[in-house]
Amino acid sequence: MSSQTPRDFTPESGAPTDVAPTGRTVPKPAHELTADEERGAIDWDAIAADVDFKKLLAAKSAFIVPMTIFFLLYFFALPVLVGWCPGLMKTKVGNVNIAYLFAFSQFFMAWIVAGLYVRKAAGWDKASAELLAKFKK
Amino acid sequence: MLASTLLLIADSAAPATNPAAITMFVGFVAATLVITYFSARKSSGSSAYFAAGRRITGWQNGLAVAGDYMSAASFLGIAGMIALSGYDGFLYSVGFLVAYLTVLMLVAEPLRNAGKYTMADVLAYRLSPRPVRAAAAVSTITVSTFYMIAQMVGAGGLVKVLLPGISYEVAVIGVGILMIVYVVFGGMLATTWVQIVKALLLMSGSVFLSVLVMAKFHFSIGEFFGSLSHITSHKGGAVITADFMTPGMKFKNPLDFISLCMALVFGTAGLPHILIRFYTVPDAKTARSSVVWAMVLIGVFYVMTTFFGFGAASLLGPDYIGKNGGGNMAAPLLAREVGGNIFFAFISAVAFATILAVVAGLTISASSSFAHDFFTNVIHHGKEQKPGEEVRVARITAFVVGAVSICLAIGLGPNANVAFLVGLAFAVAASANLPVILFSIFWKRFNTAGAVAGLVVGLISSIGLILISPTIMTVDAATVLPAARHLVQHAPIFSLANPGIISIPLGFIAAIIGTLCSSEPSAEARFTELAVRANTGLGAEKATSH
Repeated sequence: MSSQTPRDFTPESGAPTDVAPTGRTVPKPAHELTADEERGAIDWDAIAADVDFKKLLAAKSAFIVPMTIFFLLYFFALPVLVGWCPGLMKTKVGNVNIAYLFAFSQFFMAWIVAGLYVRKAAGWDKASAELLAKFKK
Repeated sequence: MLASTLLLIADSAAPATNPAAITMFVGFVAATLVITYFSARKSSGSSAYFAAGRRITGWQNGLAVAGDYMSAASFLGIAGMIALSGYDGFLYSVGFLVAYLTVLMLVAEPLRNAGKYTMADVLAYRLSPRPVRAAAAVSTITVSTFYMIAQMVGAGGLVKVLLPGISYEVAVIGVGILMIVYVVFGGMLATTWVQIVKALLLMSGSVFLSVLVMAKFHFSIGEFFGSLSHITSHKGGAVITADFMTPGMKFKNPLDFISLCMALVFGTAGLPHILIRFYTVPDAKTARSSVVWAMVLIGVFYVMTTFFGFGAASLLGPDYIGKNGGGNMAAPLLAREVGGNIFFAFISAVAFATILAVVAGLTISASSSFAHDFFTNVIHHGKEQKPGEEVRVARITAFVVGAVSICLAIGLGPNANVAFLVGLAFAVAASANLPVILFSIFWKRFNTAGAVAGLVVGLISSIGLILISPTIMTVDAATVLPAARHLVQHAPIFSLANPGIISIPLGFIAAIIGTLCSSEPSAEARFTELAVRANTGLGAEKATSH
């Protein structure tokens, strides 16, 4: 053992860094694969054509499109009413006015829409996990 | 370098009048330098440096997103705007939260699933990478640098008032050096943790401030709002009594309201320094939960602007705020009024922490875009020449960006009117970035020509309209100080303060026209792959192991 040559401190080929050195001798571990390298390994068209994937997309847009339209309408109602119906918005309700109450309600609208989205999305996570399991043999 | 920074601050702080503020500020700086030291040991390799190894958890990233978003412009600026303009200022608070629904439902998860380090990754995915990345890098660096200069000038101005012993130049250089240290040595990991510490400080400071304000009104909501209906101020000798709950004190034209709301709601989902935060978490599900955490924190914070914004109007009065440093000082002055000097010091230290953390976040977003988009992908066609080169370029860029911002902030001086730069950042993000992000994720036909057209037209139209708007072109009264005057002394050509209502549709239309005028079968072919990735997370960048 003592006759061994002194250790070479240059990084060995295939050392576990996340930057791929050129001339690597071992296959990359999974976490180092870049999007480009993994691309060939997966049959994207087969997944996209799968009926469960289409169902997942349809379920997503059935929720996201109406919800986006709803929150944009609800939000832009605020500047529209404030800008063009100042008389109505100035109406006092106790010590505050409608303008403030409507603005305040936007916070709860945002939280409620976010909450609904998260509940729906948990179901989508399950559906997409099942879909991927089908393609992982 | 670290020691000299501390010395610089300690030396110049010596003659200041508020030792509590200095103690707290130095405490924060020391804590962040410790964070940077430990992060620096982990920040080798691109994924670790640009995306904190993708191992940040949901609540941590939520705090960091909230921290990045609640800049000094929000904390000090909105408090001041409500204190001086009442209800109209509160509209910003509402828009800042609702904007996160766009991020949550449309952008965060697809971005995390299909991208790597920068906003442009998602665009370059199926489009021709070099022109798209070049245009996106220009847009990212423009947004980040403008936003940063506004924060640095604000920081310098603030220090001058809060800590009279420190000059404007020393303050700007100090902030600049610290920000460079965080980003160059600590990368995304340090920047994230600095942001988390600051968000916690800011939230607790705001809760205390709100409670103390309400204590002045015997914790009666009715009494609090009642006091807002008759606030008197003086303007040019006349006494004005105003109801601060009434809309229209700041914006006279209804289109101004709409334009502002458009920039807020569509701009947030296009701010590069917010978007890159979603690469620091392990997967799309965590990205989603981090947006929800951020929405809770941001929402609670902006609800509280009611108490410290309107509270400042009621307890201090617009006259007092106007005479003592203007709108940006409303929150600290209110803290002194309700909590004495120690609390004033705490809120001031929180304001510094806010500025430091946000400029660090902006610097890393600009430097990763330059290194990853421009250097590696545009100049070197996506291949690193040597391992670690991308990170080295990012570090050098961070240093350059920091140095340039310091020079610009000093050149502009403490009284420069730079508030429009923040508005500009939102307008560019909404007009240039969001249309191309949405189209590349959701529109199959979208192609390179459309992306470049959208980015270029959005960028130019929002900058152009701001240049001819009242924020730049206004004839000032003779009493206004020369440094605080508008840049062009001429009646504005475009009458709205915010260009969103014109430039956002222009960005979308340019992207559509550019797309329809050209055909790119390869971009359409790869849409299938992007759709599968974005919706299932298959093949997404993974967290690195320890």
